[in-house]
Amino acid sequence: MTTTPADLSDLRPRRQIIDRLFKGSTLAAGALILLILALIAYTITGKSLPVFRAEGVDFFTERRWAPTKEIYGALSFIYGTAVTALLAVVISVPVSLGIALFTTQVAPPKLKKWLVSLTDLVAVVPSVVFGLWGIIFLAPKLAGTYKHVSAWFDGWPILGHVFGRTGAGRTFMTAGLILAVMITPIITSIAREVIETTPQTDRDGALALGATRWEMITGAVLPHSMTGIVGAVMLGLGRAMGETIAVALVIGSSPTITANLFSSGDSLPSVIAFQWGEATTDIKRSALIAMGLTLFVITIVVNLTATAVVNRATKRVQGT
Amino acid sequence: MATVTAQFPTSTRELAADLTGIAGKRRTKNIVMTALMALAVILVGFVLLLVLITVVTKGWSIVSGSFPMWFTKDIRLSARRPGPGMKAAIIGTVVITVMATLIAVPLGILGAVYLNEYGRTRPFAQVLRFLTNVMAGVPSIVMGLFIYVFWVVPRGIHGLNGFSGALALACLMLPIVVRSSEEMLRLVPQNLRDASYALGGSTSRTTVRVVLPSAAPGVISGCLLAIARAAGETAPLIFTIGAAKATNWNVFKGTNTSLSMQIYGNAKESFVTAQERAWGAALTLIALAFLFTVLARVLSARLARTR
Repeated sequence: MTTTPADLSDLRPRRQIIDRLFKGSTLAAGALILLILALIAYTITGKSLPVFRAEGVDFFTERRWAPTKEIYGALSFIYGTAVTALLAVVISVPVSLGIALFTTQVAPPKLKKWLVSLTDLVAVVPSVVFGLWGIIFLAPKLAGTYKHVSAWFDGWPILGHVFGRTGAGRTFMTAGLILAVMITPIITSIAREVIETTPQTDRDGALALGATRWEMITGAVLPHSMTGIVGAVMLGLGRAMGETIAVALVIGSSPTITANLFSSGDSLPSVIAFQWGEATTDIKRSALIAMGLTLFVITIVVNLTATAVVNRATKRVQGT
Repeated sequence: MATVTAQFPTSTRELAADLTGIAGKRRTKNIVMTALMALAVILVGFVLLLVLITVVTKGWSIVSGSFPMWFTKDIRLSARRPGPGMKAAIIGTVVITVMATLIAVPLGILGAVYLNEYGRTRPFAQVLRFLTNVMAGVPSIVMGLFIYVFWVVPRGIHGLNGFSGALALACLMLPIVVRSSEEMLRLVPQNLRDASYALGGSTSRTTVRVVLPSAAPGVISGCLLAIARAAGETAPLIFTIGAAKATNWNVFKGTNTSLSMQIYGNAKESFVTAQERAWGAALTLIALAFLFTVLARVLSARLARTR
């Protein structure tokens, strides 16, 4: 009997130690994220230095990429990344918004569940499968379509250049289309969540005033969710810029800066993946890693802006 | 003066006609816009169906045409020659993904526990939450480059193995696991924790015995979705696992391959034989990814029901 108090006092410090150890390990796991991000920035910047030393600022302004002549310019890849990502967003936004609005405002509850699964399913398809489908199935079919469209617009003031002459199926446009499919689930799911925060009273109020469903959407739902939708679109943009394999397979891999969307081009992630195997010299590897760094910085800026926008939107909604 | 009076409706009949005119226009607009929304749904459903049908029909002929060999033979050394064999890639995908899961899931859940059970609204936890979002947005190819520079280069030629690939995939999975797990932990009612504290439970005990078990269905299905995504990733593996055509069960030693790498490599080839293999590998990979997704749904539904 006399041992019981001793046991208890023995138990307490041990439990405290376990508790502290547990807390410490969770903290360490959390801090790992900070560590990894710092390491990414540090190591990738370090390996990029050789090409920055050799090329200086020209790395970002030089449009020629000629490793055999030791000319390393990233401009045409940056251009391709921007063009394909913007194309993807322009194509995907109306479709995503349409799906999000249909799911939340029109579809009956039973259908709604199926529609959510449908968009989730698109997100499950691996990007390399979209790439395979794009290069073997879609691109050869689109090559003919591009010819027809460019013949139609031939001689038009601006569109004649944008939809210019072509013989290729692997183009900026093909990459933009594939990317549009891939980012649709992201934009749709965030837009859906934002739209669902519209107060029921706002919607009922609009309907009670005699608004049709569409007028209710434009008058009550969209103004309420606009900021969040902008954030969703920017997250989609960030995702589109970083997408590698699908774009590498369908963009055509020839660095070009042109207004012609039906021309083959190249993008930052695509050139890294495509030329990595052939990059045997340190300076070429350094150039490719520097492109990775450029991509890292661009996507972080885009994503941070997007997160800030979304956070402000949800805070405003919760605050009122 | 005459023109001014002419602008007003002169009789009630005319007024009524005007009103129905407006109502008709509004109704038409409503119908057209609703139809356009439905069209968006149909469009995406059509594209998804088209992709799936192409993959299944083209992939099925090679997978079933050489049924057992597809899963039992190694990959042909020459892309030009016909014939099956994707065993090396299937095993590679499985071992690399399992390894990545063993790294990312425990760390991710611990990180989520810190954020939701200890950190809560503290500044450091807010910073970590923010950085988790940042990390989730880092392109997968950058993760591959990072592991290449940080892990593969110091180890030289021996650095190219399944484990390096698993590290890159784990970096991708980590923020996804943290985010989804934290969301699930947040849904656990506070009075469950309070009850455990009242019985003398410490925070660690409460978390392990009460909070995590009640959040388990959601946490597990979030993890399975992260695994499904990692299994389909290609870009991080290009820099980290090298190239292999023979089956390699050892994650820590020797180069490896994966279904995604085989699809990528064969899709670039112009030989029909290589393209056939790409479709077969795509079908296998999609089947794996869907299996995990369905498993996630069923598991979370069943666990939710037993509770």
